[in-house]
Amino acid sequence: MAHAQTLTEADEIRFHTTEEHHPENGTLLGFWIYLMSDCLIFAVLFACYAVLGRNYAAGPSGADLFDLPIVAVNTALLLFSSITYGFAMISAQAKKVKPTLAWLAVTGLLGLGFLSLELYEFNHLIHEGAGPQRSAFLSSFFVLVGTHGLHVTFGTIWLVTLMVQVAKRGLGVEMKRRLMCLSMFWHFLDVIWIGVFSFVYLLGVLK
Amino acid sequence: MSPDLVKTIFGRLTWDAIPLHEPILIGTFGVVALGGITVLAALTYFKVWGYLWREWLTSVDHKKIGVMYIILAIIMLLRGFADALMMRAQQAIAFGDAAGYLPPHHYDQVFTAHGVIMIFFVAMPLITGLMNLVVPLQIGARDVAFPFLNNFSFWMTVGGAITVMLSLFVGEFARTGWLAYPPLSGLAYSPDVGVDYYIWSLQIAGVGTTLSGINLIVTIVKMRAPGMSLMKMPVFTWTSLCSNVLIVASFPILTAVLALLSSDRYLGTNFFTNDFGGNPMMYVNLIWIWGHPEVYILVLPAFGVFSEVVSTFSSKRLFGYSSMVYATVVITILSYLVWLHHFFTMGSGASVNSFFGITTMIISIPTGAKIFNWLFTMYRGRIRFEVPMLWTVGFMVTFVIGGMTGVLLAVPPADFVLHNSLFLIAHFHNVIIGGVVFGMFAGIVYWFPKAFGFKLDPFWGKLSFWFWQIGFFFAFMPLYVLGLMGVTRRVSHFEDHSLQIWFVISAFGAVLILFGIISFVMQMVVGFMKREQYADKTGDPWGGRTLEWSTSSPPPAYNFAFTPVIHEIDAWHDMKQRGYQRPTTGFIPIHMPKNTGAGVVLAGISVVVGFAMIWQIWWLAVISFVALVASAIIHTFNFKRDYYIPAEEVVRIEDARTEALRSLA
Amino acid sequence: MSAASHDAHHAHDDHEHGEGGAHGTLKDYVIGFVLAVILTAIPFWLVMADVLPSHQMTAVAVMGLAAIQVIVHMIYFLHMNSRSEGGWTMLALVFTLIIVVITLAGSMWVMHNLDTHMMAPAPHEMREVP
Repeated sequence: MAHAQTLTEADEIRFHTTEEHHPENGTLLGFWIYLMSDCLIFAVLFACYAVLGRNYAAGPSGADLFDLPIVAVNTALLLFSSITYGFAMISAQAKKVKPTLAWLAVTGLLGLGFLSLELYEFNHLIHEGAGPQRSAFLSSFFVLVGTHGLHVTFGTIWLVTLMVQVAKRGLGVEMKRRLMCLSMFWHFLDVIWIGVFSFVYLLGVLK
Repeated sequence: MSPDLVKTIFGRLTWDAIPLHEPILIGTFGVVALGGITVLAALTYFKVWGYLWREWLTSVDHKKIGVMYIILAIIMLLRGFADALMMRAQQAIAFGDAAGYLPPHHYDQVFTAHGVIMIFFVAMPLITGLMNLVVPLQIGARDVAFPFLNNFSFWMTVGGAITVMLSLFVGEFARTGWLAYPPLSGLAYSPDVGVDYYIWSLQIAGVGTTLSGINLIVTIVKMRAPGMSLMKMPVFTWTSLCSNVLIVASFPILTAVLALLSSDRYLGTNFFTNDFGGNPMMYVNLIWIWGHPEVYILVLPAFGVFSEVVSTFSSKRLFGYSSMVYATVVITILSYLVWLHHFFTMGSGASVNSFFGITTMIISIPTGAKIFNWLFTMYRGRIRFEVPMLWTVGFMVTFVIGGMTGVLLAVPPADFVLHNSLFLIAHFHNVIIGGVVFGMFAGIVYWFPKAFGFKLDPFWGKLSFWFWQIGFFFAFMPLYVLGLMGVTRRVSHFEDHSLQIWFVISAFGAVLILFGIISFVMQMVVGFMKREQYADKTGDPWGGRTLEWSTSSPPPAYNFAFTPVIHEIDAWHDMKQRGYQRPTTGFIPIHMPKNTGAGVVLAGISVVVGFAMIWQIWWLAVISFVALVASAIIHTFNFKRDYYIPAEEVVRIEDARTEALRSLA
Repeated sequence: MSAASHDAHHAHDDHEHGEGGAHGTLKDYVIGFVLAVILTAIPFWLVMADVLPSHQMTAVAVMGLAAIQVIVHMIYFLHMNSRSEGGWTMLALVFTLIIVVITLAGSMWVMHNLDTHMMAPAPHEMREVP
């Protein structure tokens, strides 16, 4: 960098790097910000439930409809899938491909179990005449819980995709980063579910 | 074929959807089709398809994506402004027995399309484009954090614009006003495809906007050059950061609200209906929680442009840099606390109305602080009245008027008189044209030489400014008067002849603005013709102060051969002051992202999904949605997304620049 | 993010560095899981066995426990701390929480105030009114 003959300030102060400059990878931060934006979608759905959730329109209320044992089982499934995903991440850190795949498979199955139970519940409600068209309460219930379910569905599709990629490519830096993103997504859905079972189901049964 | 089968195959789509009975639309279609065929033929004749596809459409280069955003915005500006002219013409003649030339159902679509297009497909692409073009250069980065996502976001925005344009020739657009309030936009009152076009175009474009917001936030947070702490960032980068934070924290709300409206329309739920416990006011409440931050999403980057322009053309450091930053951050947070002032009249009590009235007045304080900062920057500065500076001064005059009428509207009792009147129309055009449009035009003229290597023609530029400035006052001051007299918005026919003169003056103003737009395009055409004369070989045509002026115009694909190191605010000014010498040896290979066509493909399929949903062609919706998910998954299997520009290539480009600089000296 | 942190990053330019320190240990996950199970079981028990004297108290308890469980998940499963990604994830979270609170509380206040002034039917009436 010696391009000035005389000793000026420019000699002491560097104005550019001379070697390759790598900015930090931003994927995890970017994904976190995406989750925050997703959080606001759920905030709107929760707000709708908070405002419209008591407009039963002479129809059934939460106390009439909700079957808490099913909700408890669903909550348990999701909670177990959280810790199994955690085990998958620990295996991935240790670069053990087979245990990673196994734990991911268990997580996916628990997710599918959750979805089947939810579909069963929806189906049951619709057959009882308590479909989303019945009242604003049921509209906001179905759309809030259903949106969470859609997220779990996409998470499961994504999980299968990642399993294929891990099987093909092993656990390099990039694959670990992808697993980390799905990990955040999966745990985030569990956090949303805490809001759903507390605010919608438990409080719904109370009144 | 049986009618059932036809319905299964084509959904709601029939020959009636093609507006053969509307001469205006057929004429428009003729012009668009002719223009389109001419462009396509020219592209084929000059054999530039391959070049376009390789170098532009699939490009992940933030500069090219920025330019494409701005081109999209200018094209859509022509459409949106054509709508404006039609409205002004209709209102100038439709008095008493004269019905005007637009039937109400058409007029209603025109004002809806005007609002939607101007906000979502002109103002948003303008700010996103300018941020894309400038921010990475200002922070000394090679590209944005997620280059592919950037390309994908752009094409989703285009997809939304295409969906809106389709509604012109296939079916109809919403007749609801630009925010599509229910119950009017519900199934009971708008059973046709108009509102569905509205919903799907905004949802498709919204994906792009949100993702590009995330992308730019991460870019600014993670990719600043060494030494650029937050309080050394250029002000435009600061306002871009805040604007993108607002995008990420408010567009999901719009997405959710529109999804609820579609749920009402497609599934028969009762969120915003009048019966079964639904509440239309909940829609109004939620959509303005997005809508008010949206206003600041648009205007903050414009404030950033003015800050850069004022300090450059006053040859001074910006007055009150940190107060400018704090004002921007305060506006960002306060913008979430004022949304109810858009519907004071809905029937809330005094406590609610006065809370939101006061927060609205408070938000004008940081904005006022900014105006003083710009004025003090100019004070004792060596001001050069080049075109960007003209726009800036024009903005300060115009925007202050708009801001003051805004504070007036923030007084709830006054708002009860002025709500939904033309006074409101005049107010928000006053701030959006005076703030956002003038800001974006200043930015385009200011950074054009950086993007293309030559300045725009100053004669046509000045002409454009004066036509816009004078035309604006002619077009909107009469609306203030009419609004005070109680004339409401969205009316296509009047009985009271005494109002007509004001509408005629307003229409005259719109014609002046038309000349302003023509001159704006002319400054580009003439600038291009005289590009040798206006060429900028130094890379720093205005005596700039921030990093983007330290590289060549146009910058090489990699922006900076070596990543700059920053010591001061106004880094480039600092480098010039301290006798910085550009490095001419020791170049190394540069790591860059690779172009990809995946963005075009994904956005294209998304438009098909939207079209199928609008016309309720269920089989196509299912197939295209599955295709969309499958394409996205296939794209994740592409791991070869980067390459190195070899050192020899860098040497060749940098040597050419060294040669060019030597020939100037 | 100061110049110093940039330089520090530059000093050891390995690619793993960008991954951040957001990995949990087995212990973290187990503690988090046990706490989450407890914090889920209590509210279900409170509601299903109707333990507390008033519904209002139960509601407050359920929401309080939910808030605690959210924090548990954030710390043990999402590995939130004020250091990861230079504090930006925490900043983003705090900002989002503010917006969420504004959206929820604001909507409820505005709409409730509206219903009161427009004399909309009260919830118990809404049970009967279609």
